[in-house]
Amino acid sequence: MSEGHSTYTPKTGLGRWFDARMPLPRLVYDSFVAYPVPRNLNYMWTFGGILSIMLVAQILTGIVLAMHYTSDTNLAFGSVEKIMRDVNSGWLLRYMHANGASFFFVAVYIHIFRGLYYGSYKAPRELLWILGCIIYLLMMATGFMGYVLPWGQMSFWGATVITGFFSAIPLVGDWIQQLLLGGFAVDNPTLNRFFALHYLLPFMIAGVVVLHIWALHVVGQSNPTGIEIKSKTDTVAFTPYATIKDAFGMIVFLFFFAYFVFYLPNYLGHPDNYIVANPLKTPAHIVPEWYFLPFYAILRAITFNIGPINSKLGGVLCMFGAIAMLFLVPWLDTSKVRSAVYRPWYKLFFWLFVADAILLGWLGSQPAEGSYVFMAQMATLFYFAFFLVIMPVLGLIETPRRLPNSITEAVLEKNKGGSGHPAGATAAPQTKG
Amino acid sequence: MSATDIHDPNRRDFLYVATGMAAVVGAGAVAWPFIDQMRPDASTLALASVEVDVSSLQPGSSLIVKWRGKPVVVRNRTEKEMKDGEAVNLSDLKDPIARNANLPSDAPATDANRTTPGKEAWMVMVQVCTHLGCIPLGQEGDFGGWFCPCHGSQYDTAGRIRKGPAPENMAIPVFKFMSDTKILIG
Amino acid sequence: MKKILTSLALIGLVAAGTAAFAAEEAHNAAAPTHFPINEPKEMSWSFTGPFGTYDKAQLQRGLKVYKEVCSACHSMNLVAFRTLSDLGYNDAQVKTLAAGYTIHDGPNDAGDMFDRPGKPSDHFPPPFANEEAAAASNGGAAPPDMSLLAKARGVERGFPQFVFDIFTQYDAGGPDYIHSLLTGYDQTPPAGMVIPEGTHYNPYFMSGVSLKMPKPLSDGQVTYDDGSPQTVDQYSRDVSAFLMWAAEPHMEDRKKTGFRVLVFLLLFGALVYMTKRKVWEGVAH
Repeated sequence: MSEGHSTYTPKTGLGRWFDARMPLPRLVYDSFVAYPVPRNLNYMWTFGGILSIMLVAQILTGIVLAMHYTSDTNLAFGSVEKIMRDVNSGWLLRYMHANGASFFFVAVYIHIFRGLYYGSYKAPRELLWILGCIIYLLMMATGFMGYVLPWGQMSFWGATVITGFFSAIPLVGDWIQQLLLGGFAVDNPTLNRFFALHYLLPFMIAGVVVLHIWALHVVGQSNPTGIEIKSKTDTVAFTPYATIKDAFGMIVFLFFFAYFVFYLPNYLGHPDNYIVANPLKTPAHIVPEWYFLPFYAILRAITFNIGPINSKLGGVLCMFGAIAMLFLVPWLDTSKVRSAVYRPWYKLFFWLFVADAILLGWLGSQPAEGSYVFMAQMATLFYFAFFLVIMPVLGLIETPRRLPNSITEAVLEKNKGGSGHPAGATAAPQTKG
Repeated sequence: MSATDIHDPNRRDFLYVATGMAAVVGAGAVAWPFIDQMRPDASTLALASVEVDVSSLQPGSSLIVKWRGKPVVVRNRTEKEMKDGEAVNLSDLKDPIARNANLPSDAPATDANRTTPGKEAWMVMVQVCTHLGCIPLGQEGDFGGWFCPCHGSQYDTAGRIRKGPAPENMAIPVFKFMSDTKILIG
Repeated sequence: MKKILTSLALIGLVAAGTAAFAAEEAHNAAAPTHFPINEPKEMSWSFTGPFGTYDKAQLQRGLKVYKEVCSACHSMNLVAFRTLSDLGYNDAQVKTLAAGYTIHDGPNDAGDMFDRPGKPSDHFPPPFANEEAAAASNGGAAPPDMSLLAKARGVERGFPQFVFDIFTQYDAGGPDYIHSLLTGYDQTPPAGMVIPEGTHYNPYFMSGVSLKMPKPLSDGQVTYDDGSPQTVDQYSRDVSAFLMWAAEPHMEDRKKTGFRVLVFLLLFGALVYMTKRKVWEGVAH
């Protein structure tokens, strides 16, 4: 994770001994102490650190919960209740883990939207962005399988519906579905393998996170202006500047997290999951966890056949397509300017997209009937239009505002008071990088 | 490495390619058991067929048995339900295939093909929605057949999909009447 | 500013959609399509809010109602007698309470199953041997287990109420529902509504117009020793609170710990913020 010029000089004999054999302290020093970060990062940039501690918290609480959990269809529900009632502090650990998953997703959505707003995916950060998308996919798989483990009604029927997606694939769909389930319906083999994979995937996430941070340290952080670092005055050292700012961001985030864990621990869950799974009785509405709702709405919006593709396959394709859009963003955005700060039209559409995503989430929680279906179809249309039409076209026709010459100039202008950008003035956009 | 190899690139390439292929075959052979173990195991596949006593079923009533971990409904249909099922025009069906495991895979979805000859009153059907696997509710919905509460699919009195997102008629398992009051499923 | 505008636009959009939907579903009292017909009544409970605690006397009364009425049909498999000390009973009282139940145990040395009096480590014994027996004795529908009922029931609050609920810490959806249901019998269904035979109309029931359970409580049915009114309303309040405790026995502990954690985070956060200010002093950013 170095850019070839380490400034680390071991001061003690032991330090020199270590440095000559395995320069781990040098790696840590270069990556988390001397590493230069743009001086103008705002609090949106603390979510990387917040996500790291959420991952650690999920792994820690998960490991201790696994010491009490039993992955057998006859015992799973009872073992979770034993954790809630009898295990010392069990209720706390389980509520932390369950709400931790939700807050992990809160943080990752803010992190993703920050990237979309400030154009953090643009060259040379495409790979960094794609690694992030892979982490997001792994998180979704982990979250889905974790929700199955308590073996409540929503666990069971959520698993049935989501594994049902795979049966939509032509020819090999049923084979793949049986491979996932280990049977013809969700049952004991399914629960056991989901538990094994739920335990494994977080460590795979941790591995991809290392790659994500590696890629970040090669290309350096983007920043609210979207202008690359040009001189030393543009940056500050990671420690203490970024560390203390991240620490404050984490504590504020943990405050909201704790509020839910202690006061509203079941707010983000579904009451039906406190009913033990019954394979012969489907709940009135099957609702996935809130963080899947926008995609669930897209799935259900496709109620019509598209040519040779039936509505079921069409819905599944649109849902996976909605995630695939994220992977393509670096190439869909044609603008030469990174940050939405200097792109008035993109800024407007970005906020419309945020609203659209929230609307889709709400529609996903409603029954698929009446005007909800039409609204979901319109919202799905906008979702795809944002990526496939607005992003490429806007980059070509939009006139960006004048960019400052450097991060330092932007900071100094801002501190002088006014916005620093003469109204209506435009100039050739910054093309570097 | 002998001197001839250096001067004979073709033979050397062949050796490299063969070695590489052997490695791929070996890796594949090792990987297969790891994938194969995920498939349904012997105890799941050894599905003892289910024998159902239907002597107590009056017209208009049904019972549900569990087969392969899924509910199978046995319904003694009423006269009206049978008439409704027969009256349906094949061209009105979303899925024109019978989906009856006892018949050829391209049999049309007539009411007769959804049942057994001589036992047209009896529906024996895997009561699992073909959309995403929920359990539809019996005798509900616009067509008097089944209604899936998950995403609103509606089936008629012969379990054929009529409205909603489900792509296929509900499946009919392999079954036969052992006597007038006993059905063997599977 | 733009954010505010956007969120306003969103709220407008959602409101319009909901209104359109409501209009489409022309109200038909005889054939409602959405349940429950009536929203649950919001009651005031001692255990809600950031400093909520269970009212022990109320829990004891609720236990009495459960024992004398509900337990005839409803099991409570996850609750052990030993945990009844939370209700304010001492060890001897818990022992006596447990001994009042017969537990089917075994096999003994001879290989036979036998009955014995309950011990504090036992759980509440179920009224029926298995779910099939429970269903057979109750017209085909097994009465649900009550251990988690207060967390397993909750009527969807809808937009925008679910946003306000975050700030008011609304966590009594289950008890409100149970109380409304128990006091929601004896009402006349709208003209023309078809009530299936063997079921009972209740506009607060969340999955249909009527349910299999007949009105379980009547005035004066259970004798209270503490002078509380012996009415259906009081009974159902008490048993709802008791069920909340049964579903969430560590709630008091949770809220107490939560307050300390939040106070700590507030103080720690203030310190970190001041340190951050100090570190960044003189660095324009």
